[in-house]
Amino acid sequence: MEQLNFTFPALDPASGRALAGVVGSGDLEVLAEPGAAGTTTVSVTTSVTGMGRVWEAVLTRVLAATPLPATKIEINDFGATPGVVRMRIEQAFEELTGSGREA
Amino acid sequence: MMNTAELLKRESFIELGARERARSLLDPGSFRELIGPFDRLTSPWLAAQGVVTQADDGVVVARGRIAGQPAVVLAIEGAYQGGSMGEVGGAKIAGALELAAEDNRRGIPTRAVILFETGGVRLQEANLGLAAIAEIHAAIADLRRYQPVIGIVAGTVGCFGGMSIAAGLCSYLIVTREARLGLNGPQVIEQEAGIEEYDSRDRPFIWSITGGEQRFASKLVDAYLEDDVGAMRASVHEFIRMGAPARHRSDREADFLACMERVDAAEQARPETVRAIYQKGL
Repeated sequence: MEQLNFTFPALDPASGRALAGVVGSGDLEVLAEPGAAGTTTVSVTTSVTGMGRVWEAVLTRVLAATPLPATKIEINDFGATPGVVRMRIEQAFEELTGSGREA
Repeated sequence: MMNTAELLKRESFIELGARERARSLLDPGSFRELIGPFDRLTSPWLAAQGVVTQADDGVVVARGRIAGQPAVVLAIEGAYQGGSMGEVGGAKIAGALELAAEDNRRGIPTRAVILFETGGVRLQEANLGLAAIAEIHAAIADLRRYQPVIGIVAGTVGCFGGMSIAAGLCSYLIVTREARLGLNGPQVIEQEAGIEEYDSRDRPFIWSITGGEQRFASKLVDAYLEDDVGAMRASVHEFIRMGAPARHRSDREADFLACMERVDAAEQARPETVRAIYQKGL
């Protein structure tokens, strides 16, 4: 098990919170809540060790590519592939910004 | 039955996660989660053992209404740690059932639905999980004096271990073809009895003994449904309308003991023999 932390520049705080995924085999849970204006923080707990650089690359691609609302993100990962990670984070943001009902 | 048009019209219940299952059984718009994932009441024991925690500990407590009446739905997430019961998840279920009974004593007719998707106790939390399961048993026995407690085993994990006893204590049990219900899981039985007697990898054999269809034919459950949200909801409404039974299945120990006496232990148990014994005795 390994714990990783990242920060990314962001817009104004997100307005709600969202949950996506489960901590099941090959999957992960993403909890997104409003963050402090201008910064998105990501705290990752993963069952797979030694993948810090992959996490950084995936999160940079998702969170730094387009300006997103400032969010406090918690990720609990059970061996998800980068593709699944990306989809779950996008799913959480879709719920945050879209019609999104609260989890 | 395997009509394509009909299949496409169905909305799968099994494919839903615990939270969506709970939401689908409650009246539209009435879902309100208690001790939800953002409260972060997670297992204090797993991290120390190198296991990643889930923010809701794999149990969803959903308050709302069913057929206009106050209800609580307790849904276990089978995808997280095999739906295992730890200290926190177990306490969430036991506490909710205890509060539902308390509601009834104050004149609020809260009823409960439990969605079992569990291999039983979470081994990493050992005695604390077992204690929580015992509390769940006691709470079901208390609540069912006022209102029916409805159990659902939809699959694909099934319901085993101490939680199969909780399922057995429910007023009514609903299963699908995917469901399995048994005290010991297949691998445990194989390890104890030997592969000649019980081959845990022989899936048709396992389902023929512990599967939903067999359990329904053996009168150990009350409804055997297609995997469909609408059918599940209708069945829950029907059992709620019927109210708590005068005599619960678990009160019929004399009938069960009589069934046990007719078992010929010298012979390998076959699904038909089991059905015949229970159909005659229950």
